[in-house]
Amino acid sequence: MVKRHKLLVLDDNPDFLDVYRQMLAGLPSRPEIQTATSGARAIALLESEPFTLLLCDLNLPKMDGLQVLAIVRRRFPELRTVVMTAMVDEQYRARAYGMGVDLFLEKPSTPEGNKLFLDCLESLLDRDVQTGFRGIQNKSLVDIIQLESLSQSSSVLKVVNGPLEGRIWFQNGDIIDAVAVDLQAGAAFRRIMGWKAGSFEILPADADHPRMIFEACHSLLLDSAQAMDEAAGEARQAAADAATGSSGAAVSRMSGVSQMAGVEFVVAMAKESPPKFEAWGAENPEQIAAWARPVFQNFRALGDRLEVGQLQLISGVGWQRQAALVPAAQTDFCLGFQRNIEAEQIRETTKKILALWES
Amino acid sequence: MGILSFFSKTQSSRAEMTRLPTGSFTVDSHGRILVCTLPQTFSPGLAQDIGRLIVDTFRSAQETQLPLTGLSIQYSALKITARSLRGGAIIFFAPRA
Repeated sequence: MVKRHKLLVLDDNPDFLDVYRQMLAGLPSRPEIQTATSGARAIALLESEPFTLLLCDLNLPKMDGLQVLAIVRRRFPELRTVVMTAMVDEQYRARAYGMGVDLFLEKPSTPEGNKLFLDCLESLLDRDVQTGFRGIQNKSLVDIIQLESLSQSSSVLKVVNGPLEGRIWFQNGDIIDAVAVDLQAGAAFRRIMGWKAGSFEILPADADHPRMIFEACHSLLLDSAQAMDEAAGEARQAAADAATGSSGAAVSRMSGVSQMAGVEFVVAMAKESPPKFEAWGAENPEQIAAWARPVFQNFRALGDRLEVGQLQLISGVGWQRQAALVPAAQTDFCLGFQRNIEAEQIRETTKKILALWES
Repeated sequence: MGILSFFSKTQSSRAEMTRLPTGSFTVDSHGRILVCTLPQTFSPGLAQDIGRLIVDTFRSAQETQLPLTGLSIQYSALKITARSLRGGAIIFFAPRA
């Protein structure tokens, strides 16, 4: 079965998101499209499930597009990123490409521009590579190191994997040292080889660097192959843990929420002292919790005063989104939904979210 | 006669029970009542408190960057619906069957 690409579109204007959704549905590869109206929600979605490509507007409130891209490039190095903006400015373009975005496109305004926009995206999706280091597509880090070794070069290979950075020193094709995070020499080399994707850069040789590794290159690579197998095993175990919920109820809940269509954010406020909350997708969860708590309290008190029974639900409609304040036994919830979701769907999704927490 | 007086007593005690209000009222941005179609039996002070609570909820939602234009508060026996009106609000009461 052909794997469907997953696209995430980030724009603060819900009308634009509707238009993009329709446009992108026409791509030949028929990708699955999700949308986000804030950087925080986009990052929450990216953390919850794997995406192939992020389309990001630059002009966003609070966290602007460049800030979002800086975080995304560090945390999800394998994700393809495309900027689409009405602000065609050389400075922004240079900054975006400097961050490593794949494409910087103007928001299309003509049928021809629209077609070009879609062609560019489809071409980028075709280049989907699950692993590999940017700069030499389809080459693993082993290939890059073998190339350096065979060409008997003296250089420093800088490898970046999200927030992690490592360096490998070559001298006449021999690996003489490596550092990665807080590790050095052989341990650092094995750590770097365990990374699956990222970016690399060849830096000029450092002739005075002391030799800390004395093993031959092929021996190091054999060791690293074993390390990679171990890393793959750990990843499989982590995935299995997540599926069975043994890696923590919170992770499982958040992952469950991310699968529900139309949910923008969840803030779950435990009725305990001191007050605690869990949040997913919310840009300002502390503020939302600080707003929702007295709202629950005041409307509960009003219900008692009017003698009209239990507070069952407070729902709110806004031009940006819909909100639902749902009281439950142990936890009160403030849920955000996309503005175009039907009331019935909100009711059903709310029930699912409550069930997720209860389970 | 004894039975008749029993029924008449029961009816008078029922009349004293608070009926759930049906109707609407409009409040300004300070929660003051401008127009009201709620029954006269419903306490104006309570209506004003509700108006103020609704207006404060809209305002605090706006401050939390969660701007709302409509609210619906559902209790077991009553549904209160409110719509924001340039700082004020129009509030509807509908008892639930």
